[in-house]
Amino acid sequence: MTLDDLAKATGRASDAVIADQGLDDAERAALLAGMRERLREMRDSIERGLASDAPSRTGMVGWNAKGLWQAEDLLGAPLLKRVQAYAMAVNEENARMGRIVAAPTAGSAGTVPGALLGVADHLGIDDDRLVAPLVLAAGIGEVISQTMFIAGSTGGCQAEIGSSAAMAAAAVTELLGGGADACVHAAAMALMNTIGLVCDPVGGYVEVPCVSRNAFFAVHAVSSAQLALAGLTSVIPPDEVIQAMASVGRMLPPELRETGEGGIADTPTGRRIALEMAR
Amino acid sequence: MSLLDVIGPVMVGPSSSHTAGACRLALLARAALARPPSEARFDLHGSFAKTARGHGTDLALVAGALGYAPDDPRIPDAFAHAEEAGLRTSFGTSDLGDVHPNSVRITLGAEEGTTTTLTGSSLGGGIVRAFELDGFRIEFGGGAPTLLIRHRDTLGVIARVARVIADDEINIATLHCARQRRGGEAMMSIEVDRALSAPAFAYLEHLPYVLWLRHLPEVMSATSDGAHIAAATARTDG
Repeated sequence: MTLDDLAKATGRASDAVIADQGLDDAERAALLAGMRERLREMRDSIERGLASDAPSRTGMVGWNAKGLWQAEDLLGAPLLKRVQAYAMAVNEENARMGRIVAAPTAGSAGTVPGALLGVADHLGIDDDRLVAPLVLAAGIGEVISQTMFIAGSTGGCQAEIGSSAAMAAAAVTELLGGGADACVHAAAMALMNTIGLVCDPVGGYVEVPCVSRNAFFAVHAVSSAQLALAGLTSVIPPDEVIQAMASVGRMLPPELRETGEGGIADTPTGRRIALEMAR
Repeated sequence: MSLLDVIGPVMVGPSSSHTAGACRLALLARAALARPPSEARFDLHGSFAKTARGHGTDLALVAGALGYAPDDPRIPDAFAHAEEAGLRTSFGTSDLGDVHPNSVRITLGAEEGTTTTLTGSSLGGGIVRAFELDGFRIEFGGGAPTLLIRHRDTLGVIARVARVIADDEINIATLHCARQRRGGEAMMSIEVDRALSAPAFAYLEHLPYVLWLRHLPEVMSATSDGAHIAAATARTDG
């Protein structure tokens, strides 16, 4: 399946994703049961993350989600705060070696739950209605993975957080009633506006910038859904956007692909922290 | 890649490729050894070598060698558990050549002298690929039960093995075979749609040109309740 095929589906995009899998009834039930279980695990990791201020293994992160969650909402933007806090809650649990759901990777695990559960909770939408959008998110990730490896070490951060944001954007769009075309364009716009992002974790740890990055890209996904639901589309066809991202990934030097040797990791302070952690 | 692999696995952090994937590769190596290892050596390549400690790759590899699944809460304390279990561990870095940056060579040894060396890559999102076993090129991903057969390179081996699997009413998903040299030793890796029956396994094992046979479990859905791994490795003795 390509994104262009998916965009042409007449019903819900998630139904088209399931139909494309060619599953029998038992396999279909197992898929939906698996997604429900993952939804519960996502919720569980959000709850643990919002309640904890225990430091990560390095001590660089650990209190961001709880700190934001408890802070006053000076912007008057409760959805924004919720989405950011949920996303960081998951990634701080991840940085503490807690239990999370990779979506599609662990480093980008906060984006999908941050956006999807954040929007659902903000609007008072029941978890039962989140299973289909989650299936769609997985379907979008699967399409991307046919073109490129979803790993920072091969494609930079764009491959991880770009994929998670595209998946989350499509999921939120479907949750709010968007058709298949809108879902696919939400994904494409999220990807297009992530291209070029490098993977430069300080000391090689999945903490800085990874934790705050999930807050930013969960919001990015919601923005993309907002544009798509209003009828905005990607001028470049969605499948060509994936090709462009894969092509940029191949141009990235190894220093910017999860080696901890470039970008924010290669700053005086980044190098100092890496040295301290190595001791 | 199945949809539950994209949204998943449920895992202990912090990295699907460097933690969950590393754990799965070590689980495959443990299944190939077919007994609890007493010694584990890990040679890390590329990004694995650069960021292993930050991503808990070392912990995950040791956890996999202990038979822990990627969601096992014992992973953060894997070194302590290894000591308790009598598993000696060592790490090195190695340039494995033109392979994926997240690659590792895992050498496991058991008390009585058996060793197995598996080399593989973690491709992202927890997806893995083993590409070398005991010096032979093989190819499998742990997403299906896998037969590993070391055999003499002689006429009709592949046809016979495929016949036995077909008679067991099992569909072959992938098959990869390579030999050291004509008439020498060879290795087959066969991913199948479901595990082979005990009689079929015993039959293959007793074919005169089969030197060594392993039946690896599917590891992609392995979870820490343990039932999955225990059941699937039960038939790898021998």
